[in-house]
Amino acid sequence: MTAFVEIDNVTHAYGGDGGVIAVDRLTLSIAEGEFAAVVGPSGCGKSTLMKLVTGLQRPQAGSIAVGGAKVAGPLKIAGMAFQAPSLLPWRTTLDNILLPLEIVQPHRKRLRRERGAYIAKVEALLAQVGLAGLGAKYPWELSGGMQQRASLCRALIHEPRLLMLDEPFAALDSFTREELWCVMRDLHAARPVTIVLVTHDLREAAFLADRVFCMSARPGRIIAERRVAFPRPRSLEVTYTPEFTDLVHDLRAQIATARQAA
Amino acid sequence: MTAGRQRLAMTAAPYVFTVAFFALWEAACRLFKIPQYFLPAPSVIAQASLEYWWQLLFHSFHTLWMTVAGFAIAVVFGILLGIALGASRIVNAGTQPLLVGFNAIPKVAVVPILILWFGVGWIPPVMTAFLISFFPIVVNVATGLSTIEPELEDVMKALGARKWDILVKIGIPRSMPYLFASLKVAITLAYVGSVIAESNASRYGIGNLITRASADFNVPLVFAALIALAILGVIIYAATVELERRMTGWAHRSGAGQG
Repeated sequence: MTAFVEIDNVTHAYGGDGGVIAVDRLTLSIAEGEFAAVVGPSGCGKSTLMKLVTGLQRPQAGSIAVGGAKVAGPLKIAGMAFQAPSLLPWRTTLDNILLPLEIVQPHRKRLRRERGAYIAKVEALLAQVGLAGLGAKYPWELSGGMQQRASLCRALIHEPRLLMLDEPFAALDSFTREELWCVMRDLHAARPVTIVLVTHDLREAAFLADRVFCMSARPGRIIAERRVAFPRPRSLEVTYTPEFTDLVHDLRAQIATARQAA
Repeated sequence: MTAGRQRLAMTAAPYVFTVAFFALWEAACRLFKIPQYFLPAPSVIAQASLEYWWQLLFHSFHTLWMTVAGFAIAVVFGILLGIALGASRIVNAGTQPLLVGFNAIPKVAVVPILILWFGVGWIPPVMTAFLISFFPIVVNVATGLSTIEPELEDVMKALGARKWDILVKIGIPRSMPYLFASLKVAITLAYVGSVIAESNASRYGIGNLITRASADFNVPLVFAALIALAILGVIIYAATVELERRMTGWAHRSGAGQG
């Protein structure tokens, strides 16, 4: 199995030479279609990792390749979602989700001509995340959880091969969060997308991911890697099994060591 | 029952207070026998308004178009400069002292130069209206553009959006509420600017009418002109607010969400 995301010995610092080192000799590889989670203490450079992989930042040392090609600029095959849904309040939910298509080729060229087909596609995606028929609503008419679902749709509408999630559920209450875990699980199961989830929430990582990477405190480095063996599709019941608890404890211990070292 | 009565009181209050204000004014003028050339009573001002209605209307029209012209130039110029400032940090930092310094000059001090350059006519009032009102527009548009959420910018950049895409799809619509907030300030300033310049740099406009009427000691006409200015000012302001309501309804969602 060849790696889809290949991060090789990457070091990146902010503020030029002698600045704060965000990640240090980071190496990890993620297979195509895999759901990877990266967990670590605050300020371990998880967000830097996001920016590096999507090509928003260029690493100062080492190399990053996605889909077999070296990342040299913004990656158009990636979708992104963040803790803040950051939907545009002057656009309806539907128009918000169409936004990437107004930017990314070849959709950008086709959008005007084949608008009907694209709208049907958005509506299908909305139905998949449980927002059927809500496309005409404005984001501020939706609850926080619904906004985050719409934000996921926006990240997926251009059918990216790589989905980067930066703590997308951190601002939600725990019930909504678990609902969205299931939404995320189903979205992943329904399409051949590779997902990298950056999170603080160890249960979230253990429930969703195929593999969990633990990062150390700044400068960020991978200190442990755990394969999550629970069969898919997983139900939330999994999270109440002793095996799951053991895994979360294990991850927690890794993070604790990382924090002490800092 | 009491809630209904309170609502009635709220509706009636503006009328009652306005009528009471003018009634008190009228009573004071009659009671203390205040001379007309010092403070004319509302009834005298009303008489003057009727007598000079054509002049008042004629000059109001000139004040209106000169204000709107100056304001329009300020909007176009302010938006363009605001976009330049919001889009480029270097332009922003570089022009800051010039802009702040220019804004600090009371614009009435610029009028003599405008007369020197353009002579007495319609240009000085339009220019003064423009110069006095563009600054808040520039600042607000620039603020709207420079406060785009970084995550959103990342999303767009990661999709391969060019700077222009981000500006058109996010920056400009996002800065609309900021723009309209500044327009309400700017239109009032433009109005002040044109009236100031009219008073000695133009043969038309309410400002000029006031200058001439006060030279003639026609105090009732001066006051009638002031009332005309107040009415015109309210109309212009209300038009701007209405335009804002139509353009940026999404930004006032606290009300819209319930209704």
